[in-house]
Amino acid sequence: MKITVNVWRQKNADAKGAMVTYQLDDVLEDMSFLEMLDVLNETLTLAGEDPVAFDSDCREGICGSCGVVINGIPHGPEVTTTCQLHLRSFKDGDVIDIEPWRASGFPVVKDLVVDRGAFDRIIQAGGYISVNTGSAPEANNLPVPKEDADHAFEAATCIGCGACVAACPNGSAMLFTAAKITHLGLLPQGQPERDSRVLGMVEQHDAEGFGGCTNIGECTTACPKGIPLDVISRLNRDLLGALAAGKA
Amino acid sequence: MAQAIDEFITVGDEIADSAAPSGPIEKRWDERKFSAKLVNPANRRKINVIIVGTGLAGAAAAATMGEAGYNVKTFCYQDSPRRAHSIAAQGGINAAKNYRNDGDSVYRLFYDTVKGGDFRSRESNSYRLAQVSVNIIDQCVAQGVPFAREYGGLLDNRSFGGVQVSRTFYARGQTGQQLLIGAYQALERQIAAGTVEMNTRHEMLDLIVVPDSDGTERARGIIVRDMVSGEIETHTADVVVLATGGYGNVYFLSTNAMGSNVTATWRAHRKGAYFGNPCYTQIHPTCIPVSGEYQSKLTLMSESLRNDGRIWVPKAQGDDRHPTDIPEDERDYYLERIYPSFGNLVPRDIASRAAKYQCDDGKGVGPGGLGVYLDFADAIARMGRKTVEAKYGNLFDMYARITGEDPYSQPMRIYPAVHYVMGGLWVDYDLQSNIKGLFVGGEANFSDQGANRLGASALMQGLADGYFVLPSTLPDYLASHHLEPVTEDHPRVVEARKAVEERVEKLLSINGSRTVDSIHKELGHIMWEYCGMERSEEGLVKAIGLIRDLKNEFWTNVKVTGVNEELNQTLERANRVADFIELGELMCIDALNRAESCGGHFRSESQTEDGEALRHDDEFAYVAAWEYGDDDKKVLHKEPLTYEYIEMKARSYK
Repeated sequence: MKITVNVWRQKNADAKGAMVTYQLDDVLEDMSFLEMLDVLNETLTLAGEDPVAFDSDCREGICGSCGVVINGIPHGPEVTTTCQLHLRSFKDGDVIDIEPWRASGFPVVKDLVVDRGAFDRIIQAGGYISVNTGSAPEANNLPVPKEDADHAFEAATCIGCGACVAACPNGSAMLFTAAKITHLGLLPQGQPERDSRVLGMVEQHDAEGFGGCTNIGECTTACPKGIPLDVISRLNRDLLGALAAGKA
Repeated sequence: MAQAIDEFITVGDEIADSAAPSGPIEKRWDERKFSAKLVNPANRRKINVIIVGTGLAGAAAAATMGEAGYNVKTFCYQDSPRRAHSIAAQGGINAAKNYRNDGDSVYRLFYDTVKGGDFRSRESNSYRLAQVSVNIIDQCVAQGVPFAREYGGLLDNRSFGGVQVSRTFYARGQTGQQLLIGAYQALERQIAAGTVEMNTRHEMLDLIVVPDSDGTERARGIIVRDMVSGEIETHTADVVVLATGGYGNVYFLSTNAMGSNVTATWRAHRKGAYFGNPCYTQIHPTCIPVSGEYQSKLTLMSESLRNDGRIWVPKAQGDDRHPTDIPEDERDYYLERIYPSFGNLVPRDIASRAAKYQCDDGKGVGPGGLGVYLDFADAIARMGRKTVEAKYGNLFDMYARITGEDPYSQPMRIYPAVHYVMGGLWVDYDLQSNIKGLFVGGEANFSDQGANRLGASALMQGLADGYFVLPSTLPDYLASHHLEPVTEDHPRVVEARKAVEERVEKLLSINGSRTVDSIHKELGHIMWEYCGMERSEEGLVKAIGLIRDLKNEFWTNVKVTGVNEELNQTLERANRVADFIELGELMCIDALNRAESCGGHFRSESQTEDGEALRHDDEFAYVAAWEYGDDDKKVLHKEPLTYEYIEMKARSYK
């Protein structure tokens, strides 16, 4: 099949970027979206041009490295990661716009690569349980109701790709932050730090320049792992509880 | 036989010191820990520890050393430590908890590991791994890792990888992700506490080795490239830990991440560190087959599918009918036929090789005839579609997404793919390489898995090394030697840095006509053909010649665009592929030297009458630890393996 791609090219963080058009005359529907970009890059390299920079690593949809906005939608038309999207989701002759995540919390590094270091700093602000190696009690001493464990797991499947931020009109990272609050807050091990966790993470979230949540729900629609919107309700409940208890 | 190998190697001294413990095996680790010297807590913050790679082993070690109060610097090539490829492990993690009361014990896990490794691992190391496994589960649960649980709220287990007990802890099909996120959170906590300085998008390009006042060569730091600015940086320390994962990408196509590479360990090898058993690779039988030349990586389908799926090929060669049109009596369920007692559940290496033989015989299916069917029709008829969906739904969806085929209405196509490497840098019992002060953990070392790894044991080893072994052995090294600081103007540091800068310049100046990927793919084809599932003397000798030619082609005709002073992914890949080429050559030499079949290494000259792997314990019960030597000849150091507890036997799955 033949396709046309308009790709955001930006030399570095300080440079001005622009969309550049490339024709691909010989791609196959079984190719993944990123393999299509590989093919483009091989062609560009042989022509002595700078290939398109983009992040990807596992290409199995689990590491969260990849992610571009495709025709205005983070990760494109299917509910999956960019690496698991295939060209059979497109038609011969399609024109496809490819852009980096756009959010003030995610500055562009080059072309389609953005800096998501803010996510690590949000985790540093409390997204953990404080337990030093060696001090753990016997694992089965503390039963966890299966339902709680399953819900905690669902929230913990977040891959930190940042699609939620890219999808949000406010550029908010609440779905990411709330997924961690929910994962740890549902488990008995996470209770002692529940108040300090939510206060610390929300404060860091705001300090990173992410916008506020106004319950639009675009985040959960774009999430390749289906993290549900109700994790944000849980975050809000925990936040109110912590504030009411005068923990701030 | 001896002649072919003589052209490529010289035999050096046997390994003199592997820090091997003695005494009763169940007491060895405790005694080693007790005899280890300790570092006074007040002195720890003055000691600098470098850890390269932040997957399970690296993140766990960094967090633990940070908690203890050391001054830790960590490095990873990804944009966050949460991306490390440990994250992709699906199945689970073994631990000898015996929660099932099914007769499991530390000793049984030890036994299974040594037998599964086909008697090519060290007994002491495997025992320690089994011993520490129980602490790993406790640690992870305390961190909030959401393992699967039963209705009573206690931890669930499943069986895995052809053992008779149920000892695998899991979090649906995403165990690696959950364990890595646990270690990552522990690491981020230490970063916030200021004990660990994390350097993301930094790639190690060389090891700094400096003699101490007695003239002993010691690892004292690394040279790294900031992948965003291109700046070449020097970082010095009192000890260096490499936890940089495996080198399966030498085959170009593997289930590894795109960025997984051998550069850190290979640069250390070039600086004198021995490389252990490089030819031991694990080829996983159930991956989605290659669909075209453009393919960038292979995707694993969990081994658990073999519990209910039946593997078959058409009886007739070149039968291109749709699988559902092929009648029952024209199908060959070859694993069930050849291995009646284990059937579709034979170990990974056997299932992989059997699939290759069917395809070599012209019975393969799908593009290029490189695939076999994994059929769920019987399972769906027996259990109903709903049950199959509940058990395997996510895997079926993944398969459908990648291939565009519906595995509920037609059989899946599968083919083996490179998945894991048992080889890696040689280390002693303390996980210290022959270069003093250089420690290696996780898949990057060779130590615990022997010639073949059992399912759900990779996560176990990464976390055992990271949380428990390294944090006990590093202090002993640090307390035993008082090292003077190494400054940036030390001649060895200047030299290492200059070599890196010259290499980068060289790569950028060749400006030939071949892309990095095209050369990497060619290397992958050579390795897969001659050093893949089956190896022969003739093929390996040929491969060594082809790889030497390819090395020359790379250094005279590769095209690397752009400049060093910015994010340059082509330059990153070129640098990695240059090392993969040299590693590929060593793998072939190691495979040529090991004229026996064991675990993941199958030599066509060494098989039983039935075509099963035939070990030669009298000649090859040793670890092959390779010194770089020169471009023509590698130096082999043998470390003999002895078995005091477990009797060496031939594996049989018939």
